[in-house]
Amino acid sequence: MSDTETESEVDSLGPNVRQTAAELATGDRTETLLQTDGLVKQFGGFTATDDVDFSVAEGELRCLIGPNGAGKSTLLNLITGSYEASDGSIYYNGHDITDLDPHERVSRGISMKFQVPSVYGDLSVRENVRLPVQQFADGEERRRLVAEAIEAAGLTGYEDVDAGQLSHGQQQQLEIGMAAALEPDLLLLDEPVAGLDVAEREAIAERITRLNEEQGIAFVVIEHDTDFVASIAEEVTVLHNGEVFREGPIEEIESDPEVQRIYLGGES
Amino acid sequence: MVNGINLALQFLDSFAFIVLAAAGLAIIFGIMGVINLAHGEFILIGAYTATLAVTQLGLPLVVAMVVGGLVTGLFGILTERVIISGAWPNYISQRTLGRDVIDPLYDRLADSMVATFGLSLILTQGARIRFGNSIDQIATPFGAISYGAFSYSTYRIVLAGVSIGLLLATYYLFTRTDFGMRARATIQDKETAQAMGVNTDRMYMLTFGIGSALAGLTGALFAPVISMQPTLGDQFLVEAFVAVVVGGPSVVLGTALSGGVLGAILATFSNLYGTFIGRIALLVAALIALRFLPDGITGFIEQLRQRRQESD
Repeated sequence: MSDTETESEVDSLGPNVRQTAAELATGDRTETLLQTDGLVKQFGGFTATDDVDFSVAEGELRCLIGPNGAGKSTLLNLITGSYEASDGSIYYNGHDITDLDPHERVSRGISMKFQVPSVYGDLSVRENVRLPVQQFADGEERRRLVAEAIEAAGLTGYEDVDAGQLSHGQQQQLEIGMAAALEPDLLLLDEPVAGLDVAEREAIAERITRLNEEQGIAFVVIEHDTDFVASIAEEVTVLHNGEVFREGPIEEIESDPEVQRIYLGGES
Repeated sequence: MVNGINLALQFLDSFAFIVLAAAGLAIIFGIMGVINLAHGEFILIGAYTATLAVTQLGLPLVVAMVVGGLVTGLFGILTERVIISGAWPNYISQRTLGRDVIDPLYDRLADSMVATFGLSLILTQGARIRFGNSIDQIATPFGAISYGAFSYSTYRIVLAGVSIGLLLATYYLFTRTDFGMRARATIQDKETAQAMGVNTDRMYMLTFGIGSALAGLTGALFAPVISMQPTLGDQFLVEAFVAVVVGGPSVVLGTALSGGVLGAILATFSNLYGTFIGRIALLVAALIALRFLPDGITGFIEQLRQRRQESD
């Protein structure tokens, strides 16, 4: 009986209403959005991720840190389906998505921004944003969503400029805008502020925080810069040699002598 | 003046031939990085299908030509699934051996040439075994126009119109439609296209299908004016490859420009010194073009554009 009541309550809010981060923080309805179970990826004889159990809650903003070669990018690529897992499973919203193609995962709400800026240099800003939007919207709605995404990326006035001519920071903004335009529930960002100056970093941090708080998008962000990590995330997962090394609040992780040791390149 | 008209008609003829011969090849090469050496045999499939549809099934010529294009397109999709992407063999091997047996041939120029060369031999010999050394030809429609001492087949002029129409349609498809957006995104960066929700696997399959259908349509269009032998595709290959290489990376613009430039050279030299010298002139022109424009005409245009942007 109480189950049906809860369901009708959710229905009355409409299917697209998401819990905001604030609601999630106060409420106890936080549900697991993504869960990897014993995830292994081997390249030939090299094990890039080894038995990784990693989870992200709905609306959570989690950073993934670790020294070079820790398996961070590999983990994200496994979640998006760019890499096929050698062993283990990936669950998303309770469904096993381990064998799905990348575009099928996108349609379920997982979106990714790669490490290397990969906007389409030969296409205009508008065309770049149209690509994700045209997967699910037509006509007037498409035009509106494209315009909104361009505005949110701070690129109003640059609609007809080839994306290849934008600055590095603008390209990063555009790419996050493209990923966000897919209206995902989970957005994976691989080093979104690498090579950016302080002002550009702050703009990206603000953008991520706003998408998280206003649209309830859950984030997994790979980043080396601990100041940037502290400015956006509360929870951090440390990967080391392809395994989950530590998980916890950023303050705790930062002061953990073991984490400092692996970052300073001590014996592994 | 008569010579001028003759030259103009010959130019249209050469332009249509080069563009139609190259279009399918250019799309498949430009978008998928696959050199389809069975391109001539795809033209053969279109030509034979259209001819047999008229002589055996009694279909009207225009319908038979469309059928020729469609059948070749479907055959292209089959080729892509089995040989180029290996998706179907891999589907079976995943379930029996637990692993893939074929790596996709995308962007593997030499490997794709070997695989499609094998296919071309099979198709040529298959046609010979099934249909013999030649099949009955269909009559050239529309009659001829004559002026003074010259007479010229009206159908050849129609072909020129069709080739321009196909160029425009292809341009529209790849620049103005959602499909074209996805296709171009897939060429430039497959991973990002996937992250944007594009089913890149399907894009490759459809692109190969479209390229094949264009080759088939070319065969069907030329069926009334060439002799129906299993090796008929060969006479298209030289012009097709030269046009693609001279055209450079931009599929539609490259094909149109090389059709124009090479068509003009072919027509002028053929008109002055005969067809044999015309073809030699074509190949010499291609050699000179590649010596000075290694990335083709559109590659050169792109370089100029970039240089101008840098100096801005």
